[in-house]
Amino acid sequence: MLKYVSLVLSGLTRKKLRTTLTFLSLAAAFTLLGLLQAVNSLFSGAADFLGANRLITQASTSFTQALPMRLMPQIESVPGVTAVSHSQFFGGQYGEGRSFFPQFAVNPRRLRDTYPEWVMEEDAWRNFVSTQDGAIAGRLLAEQNGWKVGDIIPLNSFIWTKADGTRLWEWRLVGIFDGKDAEWQKRANLMYLNYGQFDEGRVAGARGLAGVFVVQVADPNDSERIASTIDAKFENSSDETKTQSEQEFQLGFIRQLGDIGLIVNLITAAVFFSILFLTGVAMSQAVRERIPELAVLKCLGFKDKQVMWLVLAESFALCLLGALAGMLFASFVMQFLPPEFPITADAFVWGVAAVSVLVLTLLVGLPPALTAQRLKIVDALAGRAGDSPLELALRKAIEWPAMGWRWVMGRPLRPAETDA
Amino acid sequence: MSASHPIVEIRDLTKTYVRGKQRVEVLHGIQLDIPEGDFVALMGPSGSGKTTLLNLIGGIDSPTSGVLKVGGQRIDDYGADELAKWRAETVGFIFQSYNLMPVLTAQKNVELPLLLTEMGAAERSKRARLALELVGIGERAGHKPNELSGGQQQRVAIARALVSDPTLLICDEPTGDLDRKTADEVLRLLQRLNSEFGKTIIMVTHDPKAAEYARRTVHLDKGALVQEAAH
Repeated sequence: MLKYVSLVLSGLTRKKLRTTLTFLSLAAAFTLLGLLQAVNSLFSGAADFLGANRLITQASTSFTQALPMRLMPQIESVPGVTAVSHSQFFGGQYGEGRSFFPQFAVNPRRLRDTYPEWVMEEDAWRNFVSTQDGAIAGRLLAEQNGWKVGDIIPLNSFIWTKADGTRLWEWRLVGIFDGKDAEWQKRANLMYLNYGQFDEGRVAGARGLAGVFVVQVADPNDSERIASTIDAKFENSSDETKTQSEQEFQLGFIRQLGDIGLIVNLITAAVFFSILFLTGVAMSQAVRERIPELAVLKCLGFKDKQVMWLVLAESFALCLLGALAGMLFASFVMQFLPPEFPITADAFVWGVAAVSVLVLTLLVGLPPALTAQRLKIVDALAGRAGDSPLELALRKAIEWPAMGWRWVMGRPLRPAETDA
Repeated sequence: MSASHPIVEIRDLTKTYVRGKQRVEVLHGIQLDIPEGDFVALMGPSGSGKTTLLNLIGGIDSPTSGVLKVGGQRIDDYGADELAKWRAETVGFIFQSYNLMPVLTAQKNVELPLLLTEMGAAERSKRARLALELVGIGERAGHKPNELSGGQQQRVAIARALVSDPTLLICDEPTGDLDRKTADEVLRLLQRLNSEFGKTIIMVTHDPKAAEYARRTVHLDKGALVQEAAH
């Protein structure tokens, strides 16, 4: 089979510009496929506790349903749990609603216990604990907004109403925290608010609610058991819980947007439909131009099926090269995505790409390959080669309305044929 | 086999094309023997059926009726795959417009028929080189067809036809696109392949001067043999 490789590749180099453009289209399509299917893989994957040293316990119905504070001691009592904190999404808008960043109302001490990745001066931690209306901001966020310690940050919460009926909350910036390493430093674009002012300030009916619980575990390998134990504790109660890894929980936010898998698959399908036409036309044209050459191959003794396989192999080579380039580029791009969006081109994504290459090869390569197979040498050498099955189908689709019109007008169904 | 033993035996050969509702018989009951080692020129006006007859002898078309034996084998009832295999082993084709692969070098073009054999890459390369040297174009082995003159391209095509050592060379207007001087060179080469290497050559031509290089000429008119003449 290897002896045919140069023959197959030579077909691709015949029209370099067309091959390059088709290759680039395919590479672009597979870059998108790689990225989108990596997103799909991330969202459709089963809960993964591997290496999770922090769990999030939320209400089983939705993370928007706040859990009561009284669950915290029971969670803390689960063997293997080293620290528990609570966190409530605040949903504040800053600067006339044009600037949005995540804010969470937390207990400062517990935050420090469960998120040792955040580093801040000791004085700032102390001030955060002791200042009822205190807030701390990530370094990236503070730099972006030009904040400094002592500033008052007004936030208009679209979720939480104060007891006086207003939604504007003022927070005193008491510290600016950063990540312990480069990866966490990139994440320092959020804000923590002291739960004290938050709980006292909101309407009476909402007080005492914790939001979700952040659970620090001693041994990441024990995460799955601890999650099950926590959920079992509250099973069949009015506050059933769902405990999952921190990463899974973060994805839950994005899942609220809709059926991510469906959206991703629809975009992928649209991209491939376009590429199918582009590549299909290019391949058909490439074969049509080479009909006399294919006829010569048959003259030399190549069998019909061999010629068909040569054309199909050419489509496969082009699709494979485009897919490889696209997937490698997608993998490269993934390294530069923010850590909150940890997509990777795993085996599933490469599998989808491999299947796509095969399907695309068959769809774009088979019609011209069949044309090549059924090519009659004598007709091809005389320039009387027939249309491909795809072209025949299109011709029929165009002919039928014309024949209908002729029938209505009482004319012969086909124009008079002229013999060569 | 002796020189008089026919390599091509044709009996009552007809060929009918169906075009729409019309049936057009282009060859009517052809009887023809071509001895091994012969060099035959097929001549006749346009539409006389000479190319159709050549195509049938070369196994790239099938007769409607009659018997067509080449090298003692009846090829008229061969299937497509059998014919393809037979062509690869028995026939070399030379066309008017050379029909070389434009993206392949002369060397790679000549190697094409050898891809169908069990030969290794080194052996294929050696055989192709020898064929190119035989037709006097060994030094242009690395050139692509568009870097060669018409005469050189036709020599590459002849080398490709020869490389698998066929017994029969089928030439369809091999000098039709060449000037007189180059045409004479190509025809002398064919003559040499016939006389020195014993290749049986059947050549369709319109050109009486080209036909003079053959050992004999067979004339067709309106699908029938009308005259045979030895030179």
